[in-house]
Amino acid sequence: MQAVQTISNLHQPSDTAFLVWSMIKVIAAFSVVMVVVAMLTLMERKVSAWMQDRLGPNRVGPGGLGQPLADGIKNILKEETNPAEANRVFFTLAPMLSIIPALVTFAVIPFAAPLPTRWGVIPMIVADLPVGILFLLAFSSLGVYGIVLAGWASSNKYALLGGLRAGAQMISYEIALGLSLMSLFFVVGNVGLPEIVYKQQQMNLWFALPFSVSFFFFWISCFAETNRLPFDLPEAESELVTGYHTEYSAMKFSMFFIAEYAHVLTVSALMATLFLGGWDIPGYGGDDMLGFGADGRWIGAQPAIWKTVVSFGFFAAKTFFFILIFMLVRWTVPRFRYDQVMDLGWKIMLPAALVAVVVTGATVLALDSAGEPFVRVGPEGGLGAITLYGGLVLTAVNGVMLFAVMWLMDRGRVLSGTGSMDEKRIHAQHLARRRAEQMRQRLTTPGSAVR
Amino acid sequence: MAATVQVMKRPVRKSSYIRATLSGMALTFRHLVQSAGDRSEKTIQYPDEKKQLSPRWRGTHVMETHDDGRPKCVACGLCPTICPANCIKLVPGEDDQGNRYPIVYEIDEFRCIFCGMCQEVCPVEAIHVGNHYEAGEYTRDNFVYDLDRLMKQTHPSTLLWDPADPAGE
Repeated sequence: MQAVQTISNLHQPSDTAFLVWSMIKVIAAFSVVMVVVAMLTLMERKVSAWMQDRLGPNRVGPGGLGQPLADGIKNILKEETNPAEANRVFFTLAPMLSIIPALVTFAVIPFAAPLPTRWGVIPMIVADLPVGILFLLAFSSLGVYGIVLAGWASSNKYALLGGLRAGAQMISYEIALGLSLMSLFFVVGNVGLPEIVYKQQQMNLWFALPFSVSFFFFWISCFAETNRLPFDLPEAESELVTGYHTEYSAMKFSMFFIAEYAHVLTVSALMATLFLGGWDIPGYGGDDMLGFGADGRWIGAQPAIWKTVVSFGFFAAKTFFFILIFMLVRWTVPRFRYDQVMDLGWKIMLPAALVAVVVTGATVLALDSAGEPFVRVGPEGGLGAITLYGGLVLTAVNGVMLFAVMWLMDRGRVLSGTGSMDEKRIHAQHLARRRAEQMRQRLTTPGSAVR
Repeated sequence: MAATVQVMKRPVRKSSYIRATLSGMALTFRHLVQSAGDRSEKTIQYPDEKKQLSPRWRGTHVMETHDDGRPKCVACGLCPTICPANCIKLVPGEDDQGNRYPIVYEIDEFRCIFCGMCQEVCPVEAIHVGNHYEAGEYTRDNFVYDLDRLMKQTHPSTLLWDPADPAGE
């Protein structure tokens, strides 16, 4: 366990340095995100190709690396079509409303250890908001406005249905998304993402283990939030043409596309930060640092440039891992039926997330009562650290809960799979039999057949 | 609730959420690892490498010629007679020595069904279906191959099925 250290020879950047560095960070983060998003479109095609024993795009540049650029040029040069019946203002506004929240949310995610410079220690996060993850949740759900608006403004029945589905899905899964993070919040005691990372570093245990139920639900909700398979009901090709972006073409369509991948990137980075320790270097205690405390003193270990670089590498690797899982799932699992999406959201995730919050809270309370404080305050006061013992107890409790949830889901007791719908089948047979009976009665009753 | 959805009866093992999903993921991941880095050899990189055709593949026609450049065709009229698609147009002519030759010999490759009967029936082995598949054209008229065009075709001709050698060896 790393004790809370304070190092006083580090100073905060001046206002000018803060401004300049913030602008540099904004520009750097924006360009990196845009380039990564472009590369993700290529990666998606490559991963899907390899999974299907194909080669994927390999004509533009070495290994197809120029493909995103070619696609971009193609989309810019293409003709924009505006449906005559569409509401022109909202039709144009919708892609922007969709892409901006997806890009803005990356601002609150810390992507590396703080960087020491001549002008002070620069936190490697674009905007260290005190409301951190609440901002992120708020903005990521704003993205659905763009989709609903696109569906409505297109004045196309399929697009409208896609938009409606996006809205319904967002409402169903946003609850589980928030609830699954609740147990995390009351254990960490803060919603700022740098502090969540710091707590994981201090505990020497990533939150994926002590909060495995939250992790599982958060992961599922993230799939629903990004509208990707198996939750791509808003753009279900086989049912709704392509859903909300049916009427969109050229760069407007491309903006929805970029928004989707930006969402995938942000959500993967968020999962890495919340549950896999963010930029934490595994097994190394020298990177446990938070930033400047309220009294202006440095909390945590000494920052160094190599620590920033290495921790950024680990952050990228963890994010990449989640992105890869996103893509693997997309090309493996078929789409949920609409009622299954609703069943999963309301009948499993919501109650189970609530139970998980209660059980986690009870565990923390029990540990406190038993004289094993869950959060141990350091010798100098200030931020407390979660004890590894407490973390291991939570891991065991959550493991049992996760097993129970998986068992329930797998048995098809609460949520019926595609093949185990005995109840529904019996109901359908019953209906058919009754209908046949009615028909027979109508045919055999004299006089009624004439009608 | 969609109570009347038609569903197949499958055991829970195959339709469950966790186990079936995980086994599916394992399968796709195996394939991903196998062909990651473009190592899959199942794709034929078409313009660079071409598909190996069967020697019996039947494509657009070839007219064999004598050494002096005259077509081997003797305008006997068997091929337009046997052609099931009625795609061969033949106007026979006769020179001073009494040798028959085609004045007009046209094959509409759009009408042709590539059965190869013209090759089988030809008494002098003049008309052949070819071992070839890149027959794209910009206009429909270009698909009516006249005699010059047929004689200029360079691709190998098809080996039709030989009763003495049924496996094509």
